[in-house]
Amino acid sequence: MNVARDTWLIFERSMFLTLRNPVWIIVGLLQPFLYLVLFGPLLKSIAESTPGFPPGGAFNIFVPGLLIQIALFGAAFVGFGLISEMRSGVVERMRVTPLSRFAMLFGRALRDVVILDVQALVLIVIAIPFGLRIDLAGLVVALSLLSLIGLTMAPLSYTLALILKSEDALAPLVTTISLPLLLLSGILLPLTLAPDWLQTLARINPLSHAVDAIRALFNGHFGDPSVGFGVALMTVLAILALAVASRTFGRSAA
Amino acid sequence: MTIDPNASSIILTRDLRKTFKGRAGAVEAVKGVDLDVKAGEIFGFLGPNGAGKTTTLRMLATLIPPTSGEATVAGVDLLRDPARVRQQIGYVAQGGGSDPLMTGRGELVIQGRLFGMSRRQAEARATEVLAALELTDAARRTTGTYSGGMRRRLDIGMGMVHKPKLLFLDEPTTGLDPQARANLWDEVRKLREGGTTVFLTTHYLEEADILCDRVAIIDHGTIVAEGTPAELKKAIAGDVITLGIADHERVLTLVRAEPYVREANDGDEDGLVRLYVDEGDRALPQLLRLLDGAGISPQTIALSRPSLDDVFLRKTGRSLRETAA
Ligand SMILES: Nc1ncnc2c1ncn2[C@@H]1O[C@H](COP(=O)(O)OP(=O)(O)OP(=O)(O)O)[C@@H](O)[C@H]1O
Ligand SMILES: [Mg+2]
Repeated sequence: MNVARDTWLIFERSMFLTLRNPVWIIVGLLQPFLYLVLFGPLLKSIAESTPGFPPGGAFNIFVPGLLIQIALFGAAFVGFGLISEMRSGVVERMRVTPLSRFAMLFGRALRDVVILDVQALVLIVIAIPFGLRIDLAGLVVALSLLSLIGLTMAPLSYTLALILKSEDALAPLVTTISLPLLLLSGILLPLTLAPDWLQTLARINPLSHAVDAIRALFNGHFGDPSVGFGVALMTVLAILALAVASRTFGRSAA
Repeated sequence: MTIDPNASSIILTRDLRKTFKGRAGAVEAVKGVDLDVKAGEIFGFLGPNGAGKTTTLRMLATLIPPTSGEATVAGVDLLRDPARVRQQIGYVAQGGGSDPLMTGRGELVIQGRLFGMSRRQAEARATEVLAALELTDAARRTTGTYSGGMRRRLDIGMGMVHKPKLLFLDEPTTGLDPQARANLWDEVRKLREGGTTVFLTTHYLEEADILCDRVAIIDHGTIVAEGTPAELKKAIAGDVITLGIADHERVLTLVRAEPYVREANDGDEDGLVRLYVDEGDRALPQLLRLLDGAGISPQTIALSRPSLDDVFLRKTGRSLRETAA
């Protein structure tokens, strides 16, 4: 079977189903939006009076963190949709077709990426009047980086869903994994303010490198070492996650 | 492959087994099943709940790997090339497989496209299938709004949309009313006329008897009898007299001594005594005289041709009507 065609079929179907119930896309935007509006202004005044706050406007520090939040949470919970598709028998039905196992995964993950990129763009546009300044070319690379985060987290979420098969088991696990990842990425405040031990922990977290990269990109600093490192790291992780997840899709269910 | 690739067999299995290992211990769901399903027939897999029907089907449809054993499905070695098996079969799960937010038509179209049809081909085929299954009026509604019978018909439509050589139907008519069941049987017969082999599971005796060309009866993971419904019933020989009576033991000893009684069983689950006799119409008066002479008067007495249930009862000591209830 043609993998590209299969991927498109699954993408098309899952996007159609998501758009039938677009309220989730809006709900996914709500939290970062509230942070932006209700917390951002606070941060602005802190940034001006705190020594050690990295250069660049407060919103150029803050918004990249919110984008990571969108990508992380948006993608981490996609497994729930898959569980309801498993329950309705759709997944099993499609397993008994020539459909490529990779496409079963990749079509869905692409849908997730498109949605989180749209959410990210909406948030960026809203943030501009607050004082976000972005480099346009940097924006394109930043969105690619977010897509890579999506292509890492969504496959992991699908893998867990396929293994656990129940929302009750998936929910606590996903929350337990994603919250520390989020806090340790320095999204709310830059980790340059953190004590050493916290900075060390954060450096182990791939997302902190992604945040650094996006901050540099928004400021148009393409040569910043964090950019190359962030993109390379997330590419490797995305490939690994896709490989693991498509194997899980391919393996026969127990 | 050690199984003889008999040209007219579409499913051949040898000693197929499946053991599920879980926290609560291992469940031997299928314990060595040998099947030989011929191309073009409607083959029924009859058995009570938990007999291993679904597990066998899921193995043959490439969903779960057998623990051991071998199988050729549609001419392809199941273990070596499951992907090629999938190209040639249709599979309708016991629980169905439609998304409640998709329309019936939408599901049929994508199912066709998953099997490689172009959008246009899939649209045309969906129209045909919808008409055949009398779903045209509901085609543009989401399947979440369908009745159980409509959803079941759609499931079967998805199984046949790509005109597979071999179609697996797991309890296609469970939960349908008699009218809907009869309509579905007609659909299945049409599939056979079109050259499709249908392998279905059921726990309905009538379904196995009336619809299926051949039947395998499975219980506790093993096949206990196999053949055409007529052959199976003939193996029981003669007729069945069913007595509703209080003192089972005494009656059994009494009748077992009679030359015209081939076999007598105590149907412990339904509380009836069954006698297998060569010629029921001759045996019945003799039996009545015998009981009368012994001062026994049965509450009910019935003479019938043996059913598949008698076959099941004979092989397992239980009645399928009871176990399936
Ligand atoms: N995934 C599984 N894990 C553990 N045990 C299982 C699994 N699937 C089936 N079983 C067990 O295997 C046995 C056979 O189940 P199976 O579903 O094949 O029966 P069945 O004949 O289809 O029954 P029914 O008529 O109820 O559908 C049962 O004891 C069941 O509990
Ligand atoms: Mg079953």
